[in-house]
Amino acid sequence: MSSLILRTAARYLMPLLLLFSIFTLLRGHNLPGGGFTGGLLAATAFALYIFAWDAAAAKKAVRIDPHFLIGTGLLIALGSGFVGMFSGGAFLTGVWGSIGSSEEKTAIGTPLFFDIGVYLVVIGASLMILLSLTEQEEKE
Amino acid sequence: MNLLLVLPIVIPLASAAVSMLVWRSRRTQRAIAVAASLGLLASAIVLLVSVRRVGMIVTEIGSWPAPFGIVLVADLLSALMILVSAIIVVATIIYSLTSIDARHERFGYYPLIMLLMMGVNGAFLTGDIFNLYVWFEVMLISSFVLMVLGAEREQIESGIKYVTLNLASSAFFLTGVGILYAVTGALNMADIARSLPNVTQPALVQAISVIFLVAFGIKAAVFPLFFWLPASYHTPPAAVSAIFAGLLTKVGVYALIRVFTLLFVQDPEFTHRLILVIAGLTMITGVLGAVAQNEFRRILSFHIISQIGYMIMGLGIFTRLALAASIFYVLHHIIVKANLFFVSGIVHRIRGTYDLKRLGGIQTLSPMLSLLFLVPAMSLAGVPPLSGFFAKLGLIRAGISAEEYLIVAAAVVTGFFTLFSMTKIWNEAFWKPAPEPRELPEWRGAARAMMVPVGALALLTILIGLGSGWLFSVSLEASDQILDQALYLRTVLP
Amino acid sequence: MSTLLPIVIGVLYATALYMMLRRSLVKLIIGLALLGQASNLLIFVAAAGRGLVRGGPPIIAEGETVAASTIADPVPQALILTAIVIGFGVLAFALALFHRTYKAVGTDDLDAFTTTEEA
Repeated sequence: MSSLILRTAARYLMPLLLLFSIFTLLRGHNLPGGGFTGGLLAATAFALYIFAWDAAAAKKAVRIDPHFLIGTGLLIALGSGFVGMFSGGAFLTGVWGSIGSSEEKTAIGTPLFFDIGVYLVVIGASLMILLSLTEQEEKE
Repeated sequence: MNLLLVLPIVIPLASAAVSMLVWRSRRTQRAIAVAASLGLLASAIVLLVSVRRVGMIVTEIGSWPAPFGIVLVADLLSALMILVSAIIVVATIIYSLTSIDARHERFGYYPLIMLLMMGVNGAFLTGDIFNLYVWFEVMLISSFVLMVLGAEREQIESGIKYVTLNLASSAFFLTGVGILYAVTGALNMADIARSLPNVTQPALVQAISVIFLVAFGIKAAVFPLFFWLPASYHTPPAAVSAIFAGLLTKVGVYALIRVFTLLFVQDPEFTHRLILVIAGLTMITGVLGAVAQNEFRRILSFHIISQIGYMIMGLGIFTRLALAASIFYVLHHIIVKANLFFVSGIVHRIRGTYDLKRLGGIQTLSPMLSLLFLVPAMSLAGVPPLSGFFAKLGLIRAGISAEEYLIVAAAVVTGFFTLFSMTKIWNEAFWKPAPEPRELPEWRGAARAMMVPVGALALLTILIGLGSGWLFSVSLEASDQILDQALYLRTVLP
Repeated sequence: MSTLLPIVIGVLYATALYMMLRRSLVKLIIGLALLGQASNLLIFVAAAGRGLVRGGPPIIAEGETVAASTIADPVPQALILTAIVIGFGVLAFALALFHRTYKAVGTDDLDAFTTTEEA
């Protein structure tokens, strides 16, 4: 499938989708959103890329091996669980701090890092499924 | 204390994650798998020792207080199950080092085994019914992939059967959880146990208990829900069938024991009687199915089914002694059954087939392997002084003292048929002269390496037989603990 | 709603089972997907006394300890969400597997799947 319209649209849509996925990830802090939805959105961006070009091009665009994404994500999520544990609570206990000046403080805590981990795992896993299915399709 | 409860889940997860980072290097993945399985074994031993010393251990994940958050609970039963699964995973990993081909390893064989273990351990530890569902799914998804990895036609076909029936079982489980929540408003198992006696519709509770019986019954492969098992367990590589045969159905049995000792105890005249009837039928159909088979691993698969019958027989009788015997039986069975599948893999490595008609003469080729087959085989059949004898003896004594003579008769008959089946494998594969003197090249070195875990497990079988008094007293402690509902409620919901 | 939804659930279960009992592989997977949806909807409805509240988000205003009005129980929704996510993963795997199966066996007639029963 190679359509000029799709390719042109994809070129503009992809950065937007990726930005939106990060927005959704961070919004999950207090509002609907979060790592899973964000990750799926990012995966959609790459799926669009696969449709517009092909699996090999998408692989090049992602640059990172999906397995590496999954592994890193899992480790980040696990690590965020241990932070709570070593500061005296149970495993996965939320630990909160804040950044920013005293007028505009933003709470930041281990659940955010857990969400980032989930985000990476979801991107990695969806990409793995998409890439292996399309690669097989292209081979036939 | 906190750390002890999460380690059996975190170690496999972390090792799978790190393996993902070094995806290209098979050698590093192997090293990680060996280290992780040994770590799992160590943490399981420490967990068991501390549970015996201080009693039940509870941790509230994320520090959310008990009925609202998810709790992990380790009582003696959980700790024993985790220890024995850790033993099996160490054996499986060591066995896999020489028996799993490069293709499997490239597709992430070791991380998948570790994720499977994470699901298994999570299921043993969780104190939350919905969380149990999640761990079951973790376990199932990894097992789906392991089942079809390699993509032989046989494997794919068996994969379809395995996946379909397990998905149906998951749907049942989910439905049961949903109705249970509607009735009690709780997901924490202790909380459910606390509110179930106040439910005013006993018929509804009965219906829920049967939904759970069906859901876990499919996972545990009891009569008449076992058809997926003999259709699938003989198709993947031997190491995979061994870990499946050892652990997966036993997680179903564990769930049955947990749910029918903690939650659904209002009407044992109905539920436990039903379980007892199923136990008898499971034993008999399983063992009769095995008689008709001529394939090494299919015979073993049918014997898993008949042995599941023994395990839930103790649950059906529902006395202190019977439950202890059931627990003892599960522990012994996991080791013995996995070991038999390991042996079948070595035989396949020598002859290149699992078909009993084409096998033979192993006894002259490798007397050591023949001996290593006899130990678990005779233990499975219940020959003294091996572990299986004491397991069966405990159940039969419990059955007699509860005056359930029919099930005792079924158990004895099944024991004889098991002996017959094991003798058949012995005669066909090991004793009789080989019909075709085919030997695969270079099997000696590989077989010797594969025999290391087999020998260790066989030694363990003998040790369990010799130390059966001690293990049985631990099982009795475990059964006292699970029968003491008030203790569980007190510990989880302070 | 409270009479319509149970009927929908019943129809979903019936359709799922009917599809699963057909001989075709494609219908089997449609059946499995519907079965999961039926269970999800059942959870939603079974917790109706707690869950089906219109316009009552389970948020307690700052400084108070109990909700001002009736609120929807968030737990069934959390359960369903988790179940949907798991179902998504499993179904993606099952689809890939069924695709491979079709390639390997060459037909979607389930009665042709007999190699595991031989020997």
